[in-house]
Amino acid sequence: MSDVYIVGAGETKFGELWERSLRELAVEAGLRAIENAGVYSRDVQVLYGSNSLAGIINGQENIGALLSDFSGIAENNIPAIRIEASTASGGAAVRQAYLAVKSGEYDLVMVGGVEKMTDVFGTELIDLTSSVLDREWEAFFGATPAALAAITARKYMTDFNVEKDALAMMSVNDHANASKNPDAQYKNKITLEQALNSVAVAEPLNMMDCSPVSDGAAAVLVASENYVKRHKLEGIKILSSANAQDYLALHSRKSLYTLDSAKVASRKALEGAKIKIGDVSFAEIHDSYSIYGLMELEDLGFVEKGKAKELVYEDIKLNGRIPINPSGGLKAKGNPLGATGVGQFVEAYRQLKGKAGERQVKDSRYAMLHNMGGTGSMSVVHIVGGE
Amino acid sequence: MGEVSRFWRESVHRYRLVAHKCGNCQRTYFPPRDVCPICHRESVGKMKEVEMSGKGVIESFTIVHEVPSPFVRQRPYILAIVKLDEGPSLTAQIVDADPGEVEIGKRVSAVFRKIAQQGTAGIIQYGYKFVLD
Ligand SMILES: [Zn+2]
Repeated sequence: MSDVYIVGAGETKFGELWERSLRELAVEAGLRAIENAGVYSRDVQVLYGSNSLAGIINGQENIGALLSDFSGIAENNIPAIRIEASTASGGAAVRQAYLAVKSGEYDLVMVGGVEKMTDVFGTELIDLTSSVLDREWEAFFGATPAALAAITARKYMTDFNVEKDALAMMSVNDHANASKNPDAQYKNKITLEQALNSVAVAEPLNMMDCSPVSDGAAAVLVASENYVKRHKLEGIKILSSANAQDYLALHSRKSLYTLDSAKVASRKALEGAKIKIGDVSFAEIHDSYSIYGLMELEDLGFVEKGKAKELVYEDIKLNGRIPINPSGGLKAKGNPLGATGVGQFVEAYRQLKGKAGERQVKDSRYAMLHNMGGTGSMSVVHIVGGE
Repeated sequence: MGEVSRFWRESVHRYRLVAHKCGNCQRTYFPPRDVCPICHRESVGKMKEVEMSGKGVIESFTIVHEVPSPFVRQRPYILAIVKLDEGPSLTAQIVDADPGEVEIGKRVSAVFRKIAQQGTAGIIQYGYKFVLD
């Protein structure tokens, strides 16, 4: 079976981009990836578009056709399909590209993730984003993604005797890294005090524990070994791809603070790449809420359950033992749902090529990328790098 | 009006806290499900309706300040995951309580209340909330 490479990556700036439309964002990211790879769009054999909520936020379904049309490849009649896996759509779409190339069916695949969230705002947007939960048995009763993260946070903090400081440090780290990322939504560093004293969203979580409302798009080109050799490209290898599911509703899971989907996907991804967790040079993790950052450090395997607080003050920094979210993460780079997981690949590609500028992680060899759906119903984990 | 039927379909389970009990392994599931995730096909046709007591304990909770549109008039509200005595956990509001009184581990009982005004049709929905014992 063919090895699989990322041969180009590009993204838009993430943020509240009032003047930009869904299709403009997607096309911009796609063109950047094409330009970055130095390939021609006529070589692309299939397009996977990842998006979470365009149907209800923008009133636009049929995203595959939209992206294909406006990126100019509908003329070529290649298939274009939307991958929807809630907030894990991006990772899931790259995984489809990986499988498509691995199978030998295709040599060059485009993945484009996009979300345009600011077409709706306020309480209305909170209602729409709550559709990634169980609408009938969670959202119906007033649950929101933030509220469920908060319920998890309170239980976690109680059972493991963790102070709010430890959660806030995830956001402090994200902002510090994002200050060095030109594509990030927020470039301001924040202090622990600021993180702790922002306005309450769902107690004990406040604004600085929550990823923002973001617009943005990200794209990568995934190619076979054959294509890479033929065109003398320098790609970054996708060493493994793993995907695991858990119950949709938080109340149906075995534990409020254990992400079984992350545990299983991480174990499979490490096995697939034939490396150990200690070999990972840096990770991009799905910290849509600060508490998830801590739980992921544990469930992905970096530290035992309940002990993430030992990592968050020093080890996760850019120059620490295991740098976490060099891009700025979901809190500060931004979280344009369907684009988020693809954006993690853009960061990994730049890092592993040594082109991450001021936020370059030194001597990085293996990156772990974790993209999560809902409150943990799905995790997609990839290991990239290795050469 | 597909929206209307979406909201009354589960009414009976919400009004009377009706769960499904697997006839194969005797586990109880709420919300009700037609297939037991442990027994799979062994459970098909053996999931029986059972009414629950509505008694349980607070596993964890939050006070929600940033609320979705159907809940604007209730802001802020207390949302909890409650573990029922019969085994299953569910997500529901805690009402008639001061946020300072609510604690993990406290016992609660179900009450029948208005939940929210849902959707563009503005239908008023009813279901369970919980009060401290
Ligand atoms: Zn059973």
